[in-house]
Amino acid sequence: MAKARFKEVPFTGAEAAAEAMRQINPDVVPVYPITPQTPIAQKFAQFVADGIVDSEMIRVESEHSAMSAAVGASAAGARAMTATSSAGLALMWEILGVASGSRFPIVMNVVNRALSAPINIHCDHADSMGTRDHSWIQIYCENAQEAYDNCILALKIAESVDLPVMIMQDGFITSHSVQNVRIYEDKAVKKFIGKRKLDKWLLNIDDPVTFGPLQLQDYNFETKYQQEIAMDDAKKAYLKIGKELSSLTGNRYPYIEEYRLKDADAVIIAMSSTAGTTKAVIDMMRKQGIKVGLVKPVLFRPFPYKEIGKALANAKYVAVLDRSFSFGANSPVYGEIMNSLYPLARKPGLQSYVFGIGGRDITEKDIENVFHDMLAGKITDKKKYISLRES
Amino acid sequence: MVSLKELAKKKQRLAPGHRTCAGCAAPIIVRTVLKATDKPVVVANATGCLEVTTTIYPYSSWKVPYIHNAFENAAATLSGVETAYRVLRRKGIVKKDIKFVAFGGDGGTYDIGLQSLSGALERGHNMVYVCYDNEAYMNTGVQRSGATPYCASTTTAPCGKVLQGKEQFKKDFTKIVAAHHIPYVAQASVHNWNDLFNKAKKAFEADGPAFINVLSPCPLGWKFDPAKSIEMAKLAADTRFWPLYEIENDVYKLNYKPAKIIPIVEFLKSQGRFKHLFKPENKHLIEEIQNHIDKTWDELLRLCLEK
Repeated sequence: MAKARFKEVPFTGAEAAAEAMRQINPDVVPVYPITPQTPIAQKFAQFVADGIVDSEMIRVESEHSAMSAAVGASAAGARAMTATSSAGLALMWEILGVASGSRFPIVMNVVNRALSAPINIHCDHADSMGTRDHSWIQIYCENAQEAYDNCILALKIAESVDLPVMIMQDGFITSHSVQNVRIYEDKAVKKFIGKRKLDKWLLNIDDPVTFGPLQLQDYNFETKYQQEIAMDDAKKAYLKIGKELSSLTGNRYPYIEEYRLKDADAVIIAMSSTAGTTKAVIDMMRKQGIKVGLVKPVLFRPFPYKEIGKALANAKYVAVLDRSFSFGANSPVYGEIMNSLYPLARKPGLQSYVFGIGGRDITEKDIENVFHDMLAGKITDKKKYISLRES
Repeated sequence: MVSLKELAKKKQRLAPGHRTCAGCAAPIIVRTVLKATDKPVVVANATGCLEVTTTIYPYSSWKVPYIHNAFENAAATLSGVETAYRVLRRKGIVKKDIKFVAFGGDGGTYDIGLQSLSGALERGHNMVYVCYDNEAYMNTGVQRSGATPYCASTTTAPCGKVLQGKEQFKKDFTKIVAAHHIPYVAQASVHNWNDLFNKAKKAFEADGPAFINVLSPCPLGWKFDPAKSIEMAKLAADTRFWPLYEIENDVYKLNYKPAKIIPIVEFLKSQGRFKHLFKPENKHLIEEIQNHIDKTWDELLRLCLEK
């Protein structure tokens, strides 16, 4: 595929996601308002009101019904997309499993926000991390451009392996900040997306199918096993479809982004917008001759253990920055990084950090301190907290 | 009016061989409703007795497209299906004129599914929702629901030394639906097949959402001889415990006025769930139930301009 023409537009992350949805032109969009997701729903609603898309929106009475209606629409043979945050994702939790267990390729933009209580509208990753074992493919975006690109990528991956995908962007930090986003021409995006291929679908009256049967001890295990196989397939599909999209956009879609990693002694693992801040700190420290680097996990489910292990094989120190807790256990990203390092013969020093809970700012200075602490050998087996009043 | 002979000749859309209990009224309700349209139909089903007994993988009793999602969301699920249908029809991917119907028990309708149903009704989806009301969570073992009648003994609100079963009257759910001012709302019962068939027909033909609340006697939960389900349903109508009426475009109509009103005590004494009411010290409770029925019947007569 030849490179697509594009125009550069100042968009917030939310607007970028809505723009991708406009180009995808999904059949059904059931959605319920919640901060900070709402600007996606609002912008898309305007597309519908102006007749720019063919989509039908269902203004449901809850996120539970949003996901339920998405399941119904996807079963019916339609392309279904939605968006949510925080409590909305938590309310959907039950039906997220129905969507993935029934193998419906629903695509959802998640704008990360803290979970209650105490109620808080700002960014952390407690919401999407709470759904990480729900058989949804999870892609985390650093900025508005990624939110746009990955939304397009997600739809095609979903339909190629029959699993739902959620695409995360940081609440307010990404969703409400304006950046220049390259928007590729409609024709090229629509051609890339293509049409949904239907095999068994509810509205095919001539081939009646029972969706959502009761499945007991004799079959349930096999169905769940097939979901696991589908996740393996998703990992392959992600790279393959990413390459196809790359030929259109010129951007790359790896499992992890490596930044100035090659000779780095100290490496930070950070996802989403914090990876961007970390890159700026790395550039600054590199100018001082300090060998620091970044690994940014993009695909979190399925998780690229081998690739991360390989990327960290030469690091002396690794600090993992988690924007959520797994209370009473290792934080979600840290746990996965530790798993990735296990096969290595020479393991780097590994430090867990928790930061940014409830939208607490993380500054360049904070990140610089993490690098300096690592390089000073300050590695412990305890969680450290960034910018927290511990007493 | 359709004859029984005609009805019997119509194709079965729910196959026999499902695993509902002997005497279960739910499959009779489903078959009668599905016969009321000759158009292709897509079914959504809430988790419950009907779902678990008809879809045990790798078998299915459903000869029509069917979707079960979860307990509380049959209406939301079907609203997604119906919306997808409108889009795919417009795009020429679906060519046939299809009808949509959801079946839910009283738990999935009166209680946990109320929000989802209310939302779907308010949005005006072109779909029928049928509640088969067996007056408790029968699938999980006869637990109390909002549809359980006053004083009925259930496993979570049993009669005991201090309490006499459920302490509240049954939720008047049909009226809650009526408050959505949808084109068609009805209350029907399994024994009156002709009335149920006609109501289902009107529901399928309505331009917008339609709702039918059907009493579904449950031998297991109500504790009566499985041979007597239809008798139980008739007794419920004749005692005015379960009046048959419809609301077409906000106009109430009474569909059945018993020629001879039977006192509620006859309904109560026919079922084990009310057995404790026949202790001498509980006589006042039966009177209370009778008074409640007289009052609600009077209200209904006024709404139906019969009084």
